[in-house]
Amino acid sequence: MTAVAAHHDHHDDHHHAPHGLKRWLFSTNHKDIGTLYLWFSFAMFMVGGFMALVIRAELMYPGMQVVDPEFFNQMTTVHGLIMVFGAVMPATVGLANWMIPLMIGAPDMALPRMNNWSFWILPFAFTILIGSVLMSAFGEGNPSAPNFGWTFYAPLSTKYGPASTDLFILSVHMMGISSIMGAINVIVTVLNMRAPGMTMMKMPLFVWAWLITAFLLVAVMPVLAGAVTMMLTDRHFGTSFFDAAGGGDPVLFQHIFWFFGHPEVYIMILPSFGIVSAIIPAFARKPLFGYASMVYATASIALLSFVVWAHHMFTVGMPLAGTLFFMYMTMLISVPTGVKVFNWVATMWRGSLTFELPMKWALAFVVLFTCGGLSGLMLALTPVDFQYHDTYFVVAHFHYVLVSGAIFSIFAAAYYWLPKWSGVMPNTFLGELHFWNSLLSVNLLFFPMHFVGLAGMPRRYADYALQFADYNWWISVGAFWFGISQLLFVAVCVLCAMKKGKKAEAAPWDGAEGLEWTVPSPAPFHTFDTPPVIK
Amino acid sequence: MAENSSKYYVPESSPWPLFGSIGLFLIAIGAANFIQQSTQFGQNTLRADGTWGQYVLMAGVLWMIATMFFWWRDTIKESLTGLHNEQLSGSYRQGMIWFIFSEVMFFGALFGALFYARWLIIPWLGGAGNNAMTHELLWPGFQAMWPLTTTPDGRTTQVMGAWGLPAINTAILIVSSITLTIAHHALIVGERGRLILFQGITILLGLFFLSLQVYEYYHAYHELGLTLEAGIYGSLFFFLTGFHGIHVSMGTLMLIVCFFRILKGHFTKENHFVYEASAWYWHFVDVVWLFLFVVVYWL
Repeated sequence: MTAVAAHHDHHDDHHHAPHGLKRWLFSTNHKDIGTLYLWFSFAMFMVGGFMALVIRAELMYPGMQVVDPEFFNQMTTVHGLIMVFGAVMPATVGLANWMIPLMIGAPDMALPRMNNWSFWILPFAFTILIGSVLMSAFGEGNPSAPNFGWTFYAPLSTKYGPASTDLFILSVHMMGISSIMGAINVIVTVLNMRAPGMTMMKMPLFVWAWLITAFLLVAVMPVLAGAVTMMLTDRHFGTSFFDAAGGGDPVLFQHIFWFFGHPEVYIMILPSFGIVSAIIPAFARKPLFGYASMVYATASIALLSFVVWAHHMFTVGMPLAGTLFFMYMTMLISVPTGVKVFNWVATMWRGSLTFELPMKWALAFVVLFTCGGLSGLMLALTPVDFQYHDTYFVVAHFHYVLVSGAIFSIFAAAYYWLPKWSGVMPNTFLGELHFWNSLLSVNLLFFPMHFVGLAGMPRRYADYALQFADYNWWISVGAFWFGISQLLFVAVCVLCAMKKGKKAEAAPWDGAEGLEWTVPSPAPFHTFDTPPVIK
Repeated sequence: MAENSSKYYVPESSPWPLFGSIGLFLIAIGAANFIQQSTQFGQNTLRADGTWGQYVLMAGVLWMIATMFFWWRDTIKESLTGLHNEQLSGSYRQGMIWFIFSEVMFFGALFGALFYARWLIIPWLGGAGNNAMTHELLWPGFQAMWPLTTTPDGRTTQVMGAWGLPAINTAILIVSSITLTIAHHALIVGERGRLILFQGITILLGLFFLSLQVYEYYHAYHELGLTLEAGIYGSLFFFLTGFHGIHVSMGTLMLIVCFFRILKGHFTKENHFVYEASAWYWHFVDVVWLFLFVVVYWL
């Protein structure tokens, strides 16, 4: 251990860490770029969360009181886009940047400059997207921001899209470029930069999960690029892709979009599986149960994700054979997902469990993600989906898997690796407050949505029938409670960034295994300049 | 430790990624404004009096070209001073393969749209399956056919035949793939004269292909009435051949850059990743064309 530390000190003289603004703007360091990604995604989480609170403020009472319906539509649209492309995805890319080189014993990502380009595209892309919202809120004449829902279905986004749709299309192109480059970097890093002896089947599951995620990204982001390009030409150059009068079809848009969109869902959740597979063994003090089956289950989920897309569009009037195919394929996904949940539980079976903060979040993930998975199984059944389609039941389903799933696992990751990133332990008191408030409020926020959804409340409307008023009041209370609770996490992160707190050892969690715990905390600017030896 | 530390090369920090992001930003906002100003669609104009988009777009494109020039200049300099190694060369190769895979998926989406239109949309609009009433209520006079020469709302076009220019273009691209392979082989065995000759021939074939494409578009617009506005057949025709043409242009540009680097003696038989990547890319656009020829022009 001391030898490693001494070696790093020695090396830092050669590769001196750059200072000031240049360090962040021109970086080729995976840790700095990872940090940038994480702070950026956190900022976007706050912006997107604020928009969610605007939505919930309007829906707290029936009738119109806070915003007009046109602005409400813009809020639901941009909230979704920001959370998907600005919060969850960059957060997991940030984790990949920080952790993958440390976990496989590499000095950096394989293509460090391209890595920095992947990051710096994002602030510009979101400047465009958020700029259109600011124009809508404060600009002269209030030109509309994108208002067609985050799925931007044609013809809402083509024939009826506001002028800002073109800016939106080009910002999606930029996000796509960023994601593809980031994903290529991850794949190449994992395949080409592993330390000697780090065979594929010795890699931590987080690395496996991200390798498969990156494959999905490279495969489907170009398809999204194709979809938005067709939108652009339909809007301005007279093509007829999504216009039946010219022999096209608006449903074609949905097919292309969801061919991207369903793998995209797994792009957001697979890294979470990797995080939880790292944390649960650490705090159960047992090796992960069924490592190989976890790898194969993750790969199966990824492959199946290419053949389930039309379950998002059961009600568009597909032929029966198509509907049945997509229904059975979707239900098949619950098999590998079930394997994963079983393995997490089996890992804890007769383990020496302790419940530090990362473990609390990971456990909450397992329970609440499974809850979201079960409502997903209900939605997979075509005849049942006819009833639930575009209701709050769907909103409840995907917020259970994305908020109490993906976001909770990102919190778990942050509490687990913050000692490594910052060198200090996250504040336990604030962390506990953050966890318990989030856990209770997230359920108050999303659980009643199942009920109003089953009772028929449609999503994406600024108003609702009086019978849904009580539940909606509680949902909004939960939303504000959850939103305010996240300020505690701001405090936790700022304290860590300011190095205020108990100093962290190199391996602060006694059951945790992996190369990242063999380097000092905080991790030095350069690590593994010489590859470590893997037994 | 000394021999181990040469295993990895982590490049120095660089301003070009940030500059590249600024370039993309300028292109995005410039293009959005320019497209809105210069095309007619409903009421979708941001500002009727604003014409700044084209200048921002131009500035963005120039900015981007300059950035790429400086970025690659640095990389080439580092490569020539021997900073690159086996490890990095492997990363480049794998990165290029995955980039080409992403391009395959992009064209996959376009081909998917073609098959969906041809096998599902058009028959359904014509009343196939359980769509008899759709047909009856929307466009009862519509005849399902492929290529779609008369759209439901009555726009007409003629079909681009396969056995004129497109067949010649197919031959050109296949021959160019062969000449490029000969050039690559010459590079590996160190026959400089043959390398320069066949690299030059390949570039000329690429340029010839592109000029024939331009002529074909002219023919389509002025004699066949086959335009972007001609319904789904025209949309798909120009999307597939157009994006392919853009890729051929990029490929030709890469081959031209390689040509000048060959003249400067940059490539050795061990170290010529950029050359290899350009060759892969060229073969990739060739294969896309073969699919395109079969499903867009021929069948």
